[in-house]
Amino acid sequence: MNEGTGEKKLDLLITGVGGQGAILASDIIGKAAVVSGLPIRAAETHGMAQRGGSVVNHIRLGSDLGSMIPKKGADIMLALEPMEAVRYLDFLKDGGVIIVNIQPIVPVTVTSGLAKYPDVQEILDVLSEKYVVKAFNADELAYEAGSRLAMNVAMVGAVSGYLPIPKDALLESVKALVPQKTIEINVRAFEMGRRKVEES
Amino acid sequence: MTMREYMLGNVAIARGLLEGSVQVIAGYPGTPSSEIIDTLASREDQDYHIEWSVNEKVAMEVAVGAAWAGVRSVVTMKHVGLNVAADPFMTLAYAGTKGGLIAIVADDPSCHSSQNEQDTRRYARFALVPCFDPSTPQEAKDMIPYAFEFSEKFEIPVIFRPTTRISHGKSDIELGEVPSDKPVPHFEKLLDRWVMLPKNARPRHTHLLSIQQPIEDALAESPWNSLELKPDARLGVIGAGIASVYAKEALQELGLEASFLKIGTYPVPKKLILELLSTVDTVIIFEELEPVVEEQVRMIAQESGLEVSIIGKTGGFVPREGELDINAFLEALKKAFDLEVEPETGGVSLELAPRPPALCAGCSHRATFYSMKKVFGKDAIYPSDIGCYTLGIQSGTVETTLCMGSSISIASGLYHAGEKRPICCSIGDSTFFHTGMNSLLNAVFNKANITVTILDNRITAMTGHQPNPGVGFTVTGEPTVEVSLAELCRAMGAEFVTVVDPYRLEETQEAFKAAKDFEGTAVVIAKQPCVISGKRAGIRRVPYIVDPEKCEGCKQCVKFGCPAIEFDEDNKCAVITAICSGCGVCAQICKFEAIKEVKR
Ligand code: SF4
Ligand code: SF4
Repeated sequence: MNEGTGEKKLDLLITGVGGQGAILASDIIGKAAVVSGLPIRAAETHGMAQRGGSVVNHIRLGSDLGSMIPKKGADIMLALEPMEAVRYLDFLKDGGVIIVNIQPIVPVTVTSGLAKYPDVQEILDVLSEKYVVKAFNADELAYEAGSRLAMNVAMVGAVSGYLPIPKDALLESVKALVPQKTIEINVRAFEMGRRKVEES
Repeated sequence: MTMREYMLGNVAIARGLLEGSVQVIAGYPGTPSSEIIDTLASREDQDYHIEWSVNEKVAMEVAVGAAWAGVRSVVTMKHVGLNVAADPFMTLAYAGTKGGLIAIVADDPSCHSSQNEQDTRRYARFALVPCFDPSTPQEAKDMIPYAFEFSEKFEIPVIFRPTTRISHGKSDIELGEVPSDKPVPHFEKLLDRWVMLPKNARPRHTHLLSIQQPIEDALAESPWNSLELKPDARLGVIGAGIASVYAKEALQELGLEASFLKIGTYPVPKKLILELLSTVDTVIIFEELEPVVEEQVRMIAQESGLEVSIIGKTGGFVPREGELDINAFLEALKKAFDLEVEPETGGVSLELAPRPPALCAGCSHRATFYSMKKVFGKDAIYPSDIGCYTLGIQSGTVETTLCMGSSISIASGLYHAGEKRPICCSIGDSTFFHTGMNSLLNAVFNKANITVTILDNRITAMTGHQPNPGVGFTVTGEPTVEVSLAELCRAMGAEFVTVVDPYRLEETQEAFKAAKDFEGTAVVIAKQPCVISGKRAGIRRVPYIVDPEKCEGCKQCVKFGCPAIEFDEDNKCAVITAICSGCGVCAQICKFEAIKEVKR
């Protein structure tokens, strides 16, 4: 874990499906980075991909150049959906960390019979061959915390221990960015996500 | 104390406009440009006029009017929008401006959400207008006040060209002051400038040419171009706009000694290029899309008789299409210097299902397309247009997409070519107001026997739900006239115009049948708010559920393609998930009455 060790450079990739809240997750991290005085660059998917398409966000902490992570450059991948973890593996360093939500979202290409959704266990097995994998069902975790909609925040909690940003700064930006009424649920989801990874 | 904020590139650009004292802002939504106006429209203390115009040409003309009144104005659009606005823009270069005018034209290398990859820098050269090409969101913000001043100094419009990764990139941004004093508008009647009769246009062309060198010299001195000469380096690197950042990072990673020229403005700084060329043996040029800088570098090298080897797009070292990245730079280096290419240790061998963007659960476009297909059948031809509904390609009712507003005219052309099959085209409400209206007028006038479907979801949905003349409010939420599409079509001479609710399949199919039988141009308006904006406006519908007892597993509802409907292979039964928005269309499709509203 990097927290407090002085290493302030970290490339993080967030992958998922349009509508899962990848942008909010990256905003929480981004805002917290600025508050803690860390330069940050990020790039996100808009437009077409928002309608349930595949999305990927690049986040570069401690970087003052471009926002795009080079191939095999990301230290960590935060995957909000299992199949989307595999789609962007090119960007992850060999031996990098993948924190993955194992709740699949089945695309229309699968429901309409044009394609098959790979077996989730098989996905995890394949990922574990080359990377450090932390897998759990973040949808269910968020549900326990009070709302499935807090899944993205639970995932930010899960990755929080790896970020060169103090936990308090992250929690402050969770509070600032989620809807007022849901602050409590989201803070709980964050803590549960964080614990999940710490324990594993 | 300086202020830092975490911002989207487009929000930073909006901030730059405030710091540059903008007074009139107009534009047409288009990814990746839309958030600039959305940001400024949602501010509370507005001391500027802001609007979504019906198309880019109109928006450009509004901005020109303002600049001719002596105030600072901006027009925003995506790259293809400049094609629509090219007519006023090319002549504006001759006439020039008084107040500063910036045309923000966002390019989209790699077509993240566009129909082509054209490079706006070509337009800048074509029109002889300076162009600013930011390399980071911070620079984008900082360039704007400078660009206004520059525009005023030379009395010429300027282009500002962010690319997707600038517009939709985020970073910590250092903010500047927002000045509070703005000039009082005053239109000066300079007829030889504002009236482009041949007699006036000719000398203005000469004038435009005469200021090119002073413009180039001024830009070369600007902070947006910088040359770092390394005394012993034999390699020179030129990076333009955002590509300069990728090149820089790749060089750092490799620890390579190279002299570096960053270019952020056009016309390019010839002086600096010459200086670099005369100190190195090889130069590699890295720029997104067209070899605009490269062509200039080749010219300069040839004019000055310098024997420098030039590596870029021309020899195929750097790709001419798509988006560049650090890897593309490394690849170019490897190719050019025959370096060992690390074999791609490919990820993993898992077959992944494609996940294309799709129409939302309950989107009325899907229902309209379903009815259209039912009535017109497989044999008919389906020209379509640009908007969310283009995603309806899965419904089999989107067979052409060329540019904004083209569906109706393409349908007409097909008909006049002698096509005997039925033709049913589709166009969104905003696209219809944009440039579809002209095409409908033409179709009616020239007696095209086609069906025109206006997919009226009461908003410009694809780009982020911006208002258009059909919705009854402006960009700031102020109430305004709500233009009736039906009356508009009738006024343009259409004799068959009918409005339907696409959620009612029977009614919609009846309307399509009548339109198909009609001799001439028939218009069917399928009216139902977009589910996203509907939800925001408080429309709540009861979700639907499949009764497993009654479901026969025929998959008719699954084929409809709503993302809320899945199929449980184990139980051979359809399932409706939590994202159901309660449109009720699948219930009408199910022959076994297995789909019902959830009981409250
Ligand atoms: S955003 Fe609106 S118009 Fe677009 S697909 Fe979704 S419901 Fe349909
Ligand atoms: S009612 Fe049926 S078609 Fe409409 S959103 Fe729900 S599942 Fe989809």
